[in-house]
Amino acid sequence: MATVETRALRKEFTGHTTAVDGVDLVINEGEFLVLLGPSGCGKTTLLRMIAGLETQTSGDILIGGRVVNELPPRARKIAMVFQSYALYPHLSVASNIAFPLKAQGAPRNSIAGEVERAAKMFGIERLLQRKPRQLSGGERQRVALARAMVRHPDVFLLDEPLSNLDAKLRNLARDELKQFQRRLGTTTIYVTHDQVEAMGLGDRIAVMSGGKVRQLGPPQDVYDEPADTFVAGFLGSPPMNLVHVDGVLVGFRPEQLLPPSAVSGDGSGPTVPMRFAVERVEHLGAGRLLYGTLPDLAPNDKIIVSLAYTVHSTIEAGHAYDFRVHQSNLKFFDPESGLRVPARPLPARRSA
Amino acid sequence: MTAPALARLRWNERAAGVTDSTRWLGTIMLAPAVVYIALVVAVPFLMAIGYSFSSVTIGTSTPRFVGLENFKDALEDPAFLKSLGNTAIFSLVSQTLVIVLASILAIALQRKFRGKWLVRLLILLPWVAPISLGSIGWLWIFDPVYSVINWTLRHVGIFGPDTWPIWLGQPNLAMASIIGVHVWRTLPLATIISLGGLSSIPQDIHDAAEVDGAGFFRHLFVITLPLVLPILLVAVLFGLVFSITDMIVVYVLTRGGPFDSTQVLASLAFFKSIDGGDLSGGAAVALFLLPVLAVCAVLLLRIARRAEVV
Amino acid sequence: MADPKKVAGGVINFGVIAAFAAFAAFPFAWMLITMFKQTRDLLDPSHNPFIYHAPPTLEHLRVLFQDTLFMNWVANTLLVGVAVVLITLLLAVPAGYSLARLTGPAGEKLGIGIFLTYLVPPTILFIPLSRLVATLGLQDSLWALVLVYPSFTVPFCTWLLMGFFKVIPKDVEEAAMIDGHSRFGAFVRVILPMSVAGLLTTVIFSFTLVMQEFVYGLTFITTSKHLTISVGVPTFLVRGDVYFWGSLMGACFLASVPIAILYNLFVDRFIAGFTVGAVKG
Repeated sequence: MATVETRALRKEFTGHTTAVDGVDLVINEGEFLVLLGPSGCGKTTLLRMIAGLETQTSGDILIGGRVVNELPPRARKIAMVFQSYALYPHLSVASNIAFPLKAQGAPRNSIAGEVERAAKMFGIERLLQRKPRQLSGGERQRVALARAMVRHPDVFLLDEPLSNLDAKLRNLARDELKQFQRRLGTTTIYVTHDQVEAMGLGDRIAVMSGGKVRQLGPPQDVYDEPADTFVAGFLGSPPMNLVHVDGVLVGFRPEQLLPPSAVSGDGSGPTVPMRFAVERVEHLGAGRLLYGTLPDLAPNDKIIVSLAYTVHSTIEAGHAYDFRVHQSNLKFFDPESGLRVPARPLPARRSA
Repeated sequence: MTAPALARLRWNERAAGVTDSTRWLGTIMLAPAVVYIALVVAVPFLMAIGYSFSSVTIGTSTPRFVGLENFKDALEDPAFLKSLGNTAIFSLVSQTLVIVLASILAIALQRKFRGKWLVRLLILLPWVAPISLGSIGWLWIFDPVYSVINWTLRHVGIFGPDTWPIWLGQPNLAMASIIGVHVWRTLPLATIISLGGLSSIPQDIHDAAEVDGAGFFRHLFVITLPLVLPILLVAVLFGLVFSITDMIVVYVLTRGGPFDSTQVLASLAFFKSIDGGDLSGGAAVALFLLPVLAVCAVLLLRIARRAEVV
Repeated sequence: MADPKKVAGGVINFGVIAAFAAFAAFPFAWMLITMFKQTRDLLDPSHNPFIYHAPPTLEHLRVLFQDTLFMNWVANTLLVGVAVVLITLLLAVPAGYSLARLTGPAGEKLGIGIFLTYLVPPTILFIPLSRLVATLGLQDSLWALVLVYPSFTVPFCTWLLMGFFKVIPKDVEEAAMIDGHSRFGAFVRVILPMSVAGLLTTVIFSFTLVMQEFVYGLTFITTSKHLTISVGVPTFLVRGDVYFWGSLMGACFLASVPIAILYNLFVDRFIAGFTVGAVKG
């Protein structure tokens, strides 16, 4: 039984920096929640408060329905994987994994068995007698995970556990991590600044900035219907294009502005024409990135368009093309607050 | 683990106690050391100040308050003034030499060479050996009759057959000898610390200087030495503190003689109290060390902060 | 392909190092030569002091070990050394940890304050302390030294240990706390085992400081049998005006070189602890 809840959680550091500014979250049992945001947004502080490594200035934290504000980390039935893995350097892998069991008085004859099981789950049985410094980054990460799950906590807390891995390893590790969590069904809170990871791993994503949660929801929802310009710009690579038109910000994703032949006309709704002046073309192998402007609508705003390799149209820099975008893909934002506002019709083509 | 075993696993759920609390635990762990220092350093320190303002001898049981009389007496005492001067001279001269020599030596030692361990051992000997024992060694080296220095210099021809400097018996020579022993003792630490500082200069900076075309001397004086200087100065400040407060070298080599020419504040304070029985006078003299030490401490901290040592 | 500049540089370098090492080690080499020289060879000013004109002798050492109180002094020094090292560890290790982790900015200032007490010279404190020692009835006792010596080992070692503890990554402690220990438990079971090198450095450094101390030893102890090496050798190996140079040099050499070898093993750690401080924040 392990839901996690925060109520009006605040953390102010001395010197009046507010790291977490009133966060209300309910994380369901078995859910994989990602806290996503740039560095300094408060996600790690939030995680550490849930762990009990930081004391909140105000607000409550509940784990499994119990208020845990006063409990030290060891009593909260949690496990944590740190960015640096924090393996005990003077202990062997086996001792590292056994450490939480020993610390909490598990019966001695069961410890070895549990360590074996945990090691098997991550495929590191042959490493049990080695010391951390003899392991690769990927191996250390697995040891950290094994150590975390060996005593069956109610909640897993993960602080950017993939960021120290080779780029090539990261995809694989991501896949394994998600499968492993699915299998165990443990409630998981995962902190990252990498929006690709967030999209791939999370059941829900909480996008944070300035100590507040800007938007909470399943990845696709947060991607398709961003609540404000921050979320719109943070998710997606390249980020959503935002152009100024008649006192409002119009947003659309780079992959949504397309040559007419590529825009699907299958009932996804009406499409809107936009003339696109291409300044530069990048060939990226899997597709192309086009840099340019919309001369009729917003000649001063640079935009990027992403064409998958399946789009065969010839595009050359220095030319303008009549592209189209689905009306439903246009999102409107208030330029001052950044918040989403209702859709409205775009002005007609300006006279040249 | 099966379900029953899981249940048996205590989650160490007792509520936060003193051993968890950052605030209380910190104070409790710090307290013994702080209490001890307060009792064994702070209290006697205050007592010493008390003595300096009273009239206390080895025989008195009840001290009389005499205000600044001890300090005035000290300032009028020629032995005191000489000590003050000597303390300044010995410290400044010896540590200036240390700065120069330590820089040279640290640079020389940076190169890789075999036997570094042995060299380092030899270099450390003066610092690690008990001060009094090293001084006795020098007492023998400076012996009026059997000095090996004199013998060698005569033998090699630098001294004539009748040149017989009495290193510890002639005032100027005695002062030079004391300075020499101070340098001998403090140079090792300064060198090794500077070596540490040198090694911490990122190779990139040296490479950039090479690419920018710096010659040997420019590289040395404009790049390397300024980057080592903060750490070197910290080491030198330690050496300064040693030099200023030392009474052992003086005690063993010259007992302050000849004719007080090598007397320093620390040794004068000692002799006044022990030989002369004048505890207040001794305390007053010793307290003159304080302003100097305070200045050194402030400088030390400031430079150390910039060198990221403290 | 020898670049003449490099060769010349190498030679100069070697020369500088050799000169320095010779300067530093010469007194000890001299002690070594002297302690085996027969007295009549030693005390003849016409003899070349670097050569043994008479065969080397162990007589001085025999005198040192059998006819003087040297062995008493060695025992005394060891006793005081071990006791003081233990007291220092007991006081400075928790204090160093507390300052490194638990006390924040106020702790920084307190740490500096503690370190500064190291700079207060014994010549200021020795009179009041001897009064204190007399009041406690400890005059002429080694326990007086055991009581007072930590006054300089504890401040310095606290500062040194603070530096060592700061370098240990915080998240290893935090992992231990999550894994089931209290903060103090994490300190004992994870931090201390990881700090063995730092602790050893503290031990060696404290012991060296104890061996070197002179003023308190000279002031508090009056019976020659109770002296430490540092005080006994310069003051009591002298009969009237006659210095027993052979035995004296033997004592100096034997009391200096072994501890220097031990120190050399740990000096890297010492320097690292010295310089680490705020680099790791």
